[in-house]
Order: sequence, then structure tokens, then C-alpha cells
Amino acid sequence: MSVIPESALTRRVVEQASSGQRTRDLLFRAGLLLCLFITVLFLGVLVIDVAIDGVPLLTPEFITNFPSRLDASRSGVRPALIGTLYLGVLCAAFIVPIGVAAAVYLEEYADANRWWNRVIEVNIQNLASVPSVVYGILGLAFIVRGPVDIWGLGQGSPTLLAGALTLGLLVLPVVIIVSREALRAVPPSIREASLALGATKWQTIWKQVLPGALAGIATGVILALSRAIGETAPLILVGATAFRLSDPTVDGPFSALPIAIFGAAGEPREEFQILAAGTICVLLLVLLLMNSVAIYLRNRFEQKW
Amino acid sequence: MDSTKPQSPPQTRPGVSANAGLPSIVPKAAASDATAREAVFTLRDVQVAYGGVPAVENVTFELSKNHITAFIGPSGCGKSTLLRCLNRMNDLIPSASVSGSVCFYDQDLYAPDIDPVQVRKRIGMVFQKPNPFPKSIYENIAFGPRVLGMKGDMDEIVETALRKGALWDEVKDRLKTNAFGMSGGQQQRLCIARTMAVEPDVILMDEPCSALDPISTGAIEELMLELKKNYSIVIVTHNMQQAARVSDMTAFYNVDKLEAGKRVGKLVEFAPTAKIFTAPDDPRTEEYVTGKFG
Repeated sequence: MSVIPESALTRRVVEQASSGQRTRDLLFRAGLLLCLFITVLFLGVLVIDVAIDGVPLLTPEFITNFPSRLDASRSGVRPALIGTLYLGVLCAAFIVPIGVAAAVYLEEYADANRWWNRVIEVNIQNLASVPSVVYGILGLAFIVRGPVDIWGLGQGSPTLLAGALTLGLLVLPVVIIVSREALRAVPPSIREASLALGATKWQTIWKQVLPGALAGIATGVILALSRAIGETAPLILVGATAFRLSDPTVDGPFSALPIAIFGAAGEPREEFQILAAGTICVLLLVLLLMNSVAIYLRNRFEQKW
Repeated sequence: MDSTKPQSPPQTRPGVSANAGLPSIVPKAAASDATAREAVFTLRDVQVAYGGVPAVENVTFELSKNHITAFIGPSGCGKSTLLRCLNRMNDLIPSASVSGSVCFYDQDLYAPDIDPVQVRKRIGMVFQKPNPFPKSIYENIAFGPRVLGMKGDMDEIVETALRKGALWDEVKDRLKTNAFGMSGGQQQRLCIARTMAVEPDVILMDEPCSALDPISTGAIEELMLELKKNYSIVIVTHNMQQAARVSDMTAFYNVDKLEAGKRVGKLVEFAPTAKIFTAPDDPRTEEYVTGKFG
């Protein structure tokens, strides 16, 4: 039995939203969702299409066979895969010390008020967006016909080392930028703590700052490498070839997965189109593996300050 | 400096130097002590400027050995800035410059042949926010002795330092665990212990308790009183009770507002703590310690 009059219970204190407001809200949300859907849709279609054609090719023989221009069914990716792995390792050996050292200088030593340091900084950002084909020309002119030739390694002919150096130059700015970010994420208080104990700047950087930035640097380097080994244009320019019938050597001619894809896709026969799809699957698997390692490193070793 | 200020409250005490004509409330020991002790730091007309703009100036005093000296004053008065020039941490800021003379015992800390790294070996620092390294408790302590190439058994060095930091009993069973897992108060004591491990003469503390709860603060104050038997301590604090509780000498800094919104910190008064808190010479000191401003 209620003593409160019913009108008091149903009295509206908060106004209802107008239907127009609600519709606009709904439309906005739908718009956002649509954009996301388009992105995922194209990626999904691409991957599924390639997988349908390519995955049946992924047999042990496909990985271990040499490529064949005559018989697509016996063709494999062996020299291209080995070439790509070599390129990745050599490229890493080149970019890690140079990129990290450059980042340490810019982050820990350079006085940002000096104009030359600002010029360098802006230019590194510009370099990161220079098209890869330009790096290819650079590699051809200054590496294939430059030092590699001078050392007598390739006698002016394309070598895997030249390819690795060219890819290294291409991603070096990215490595520097991500390494700087990782170094900046180490709080200044850690540097102060170390210096206040009487450590030198070198000891502070080497024993506190770099270890603290390691996960970020490693993640960035792997992502940069996965961009490098997916590049085609610079390798075409420094002379990588698609249908190589021997394993690559550091100082000799070579192939790589993107080049093999490019070569196979360039053949008019349909079985070679499928061969390209299979090679794409191999490349995607390599990239997926590298990105997984990057994600693992980030989750496992990232320093929360 | 007395001539420049407005004489707002009637001045009951003559503005005379710290040790002359002390009111009876100041313990005799503290007063006579101060003159007998060896000076660790001697500052003469020190000015610290950032990019040519002075942040604190006119600082002249002597800090005695085995004393705790507190720096108090409102925000922006330059007390932290001054603290950081005592172990040349200000060198990390490229635009900072120090003039006047800062002597550590008999040596001018800013002489051209002085290496700031060597200065910091002798004059340790504890910061406002606990800043342990992201490593084990053991490694936090061992870092300093290792980089300085100190000889001796590292386990023993670590244990000694942790005992000095009044932390050993709490952490002896988990030396290998990450220091980030400790409470804030423990982290700060770890930072103090870490400073002890390199055996400095002086410990500078920049508001070491401002991020801590009252119980941890009490533990650190107790620790400071214990440490002053062997070390000289300079502490910057916003907590006046803390200055009153732990320090022997107190330096009060104030902000002078100049024309065009410029501000500069100045040392107003440097005297035994009891005097600063009960019978300061300068009316601004009295206003500050009684809570009228700041």
C-alpha cells in the first residue's frame, strides 16, 4: 500500500535525449565501423586469395627446390629464402651498431639547441620517407660500383653484401628514430641516479640507459628488418635475380623472396602466377614470424617505469 | 638584505649575525658546536643562473661536518637548484652556470681541473622520487661500487650498505628480486643505501620524503639521525616539521619578485634550526615558519 502518490514516482527529472541526437550518435558509430571494415576487408581478401592459391604449394620440396623457369611444378624458393635470411642477418649486423650509436649520440650527447643537430634531426626524418627505389639507385652507384667493387668482392657485379648494405641504408633512419624513442622512454631520473653515484656518462649509458631501452630498440630493429626484407625495388636495382640456380653467397649474386615473387608474377603462364602466390605465402610467414618475435620481446622485456 | 625588505611586523630582534646575542632558547651545544666543527662546504656569494637568468643568488654560508642542514623556503626559491650545484648535478643542464665559490673542504668544486664525476663520488644524492634501477635489490646496491671499481667482497658491501639503510632485515631474503616490487618507502631507503655503498662524505637529499607516507618518512628521518654520525647531510624539504625534527642548521630561502615578473631566490637566513624556528632574525623567516606564507 503506497502512501506516495503515483505522480511523484513517475515525475521526470532528467530530460530524454532527442531522437535526432540519438540518430546522429548511431550514424557516427556506424561510420567508424565502416572504415574499420573496409580496411580489414581488403587485407582479408588479399590474404585469403593468396592463401587459396599459395598454401597448397607449401610442401617441403617447395622450400628446398631451386626455381625453374621451365616447370613450375618442380620450382622452389630455396635460393630466394636463403638469400632473404642472409640479407636479414647482414642488414641487422649493419644497422644495429650504427643506428643505435647514432640514436645514442642524438639523444644523450647532442645539444638540441645547436642548429646542426636540428638539421640532422629533421633530415633523418626526411630520409625515413625517401622512396626505396632512390636507395636502390644509391646502392647501385655507391655500393655495387663503390666500396664493394673497390674491395674487389664483386668486381662491380651485384653481390648479396651490396644488397644488404642498400637495405640497411634504407631502414637506418627508421632504426635511429625508434631507438631514440626507446632511449627517451628511459626516465631522466635513472640517468641522474647513476651519475649521482659517480658513474661516468659512458657507464651510465652503457649499463643503465641502453639496457632499459633494449626491448624498445630490439622491437624497432625487427620491425625495420621486416620492412627491409619485404623490399623489392632496391634489390632489383642492385641486381638481384629471380631464377637463380645456386645458393647465394655473401660476395656473389643472389636472389630474395620479393624478387622471386616479382619474377614469377612476371611470367605469363598461369602456373607461375600460382608459384608467385606460394612464394608470397613463404614471405608472409617469414614476416609474421619476425613480427611475432617483436611482439614477444615487447611484452616480455618492456620496462615499465 | 635587511635594508631592502619592508618592515611589516615590528622588529623585536636586531638583525645580527647568527651566533651573536642568541636568545636563551637556542641550545648552547648547537651554537658552540657550529663554530668548532670543520666546514664541509663553504659557499661565498654563489649565484646559479639558467641561460643567464639568475635563479638563486647571494648565497654565503658554511655547512659543518656531521651536521644535518635543512634548506627550506617557498617553491621557486632556488633551494633545489642550490643543492644540485653542491655535487655538480647542475652540469647536466647545459644552460646552467654557477658563479661565486663553492668549496668542498679546501677545494673549489668549480675549478677547471675538477672532474664532476669525481665530485659525485664523494658527494652522493638522493632524489625527490625514489629512483631505483629496474634491477634486483642486490644489483641496485652493487652498481655504484662496481662502476667505481671498489675492491672487496661484493656480498659484504651490499649487506653493509643495506644495514646502513636500515633495510637489511626487510630484504635479506629477497635480494635477487626486482627493486620495483618494494614499497615507496623501501625504495627510497634503497636509494639511500645505494648512495652509502659508494662511501661518500656528504649526502644531498632533495625532498626525499615528499612522495612517502608518514611512517616511511619517520623511518627515513630516524635513518638520517643515525647517518649523521658518519656523514654530513643536506636536505631540501617543504615539510617544516621535518626540518625542525632532524636538522641542526637551517637555511631559509625566499623569492624576490623583481620588475617584469622576474623572480630570483635569495638566502635570507642561515642559523641553528632552533633559532630559525623560535627566534629568527628576519621577519620573513618568522612569517614563513609560522605559516603566514609559502
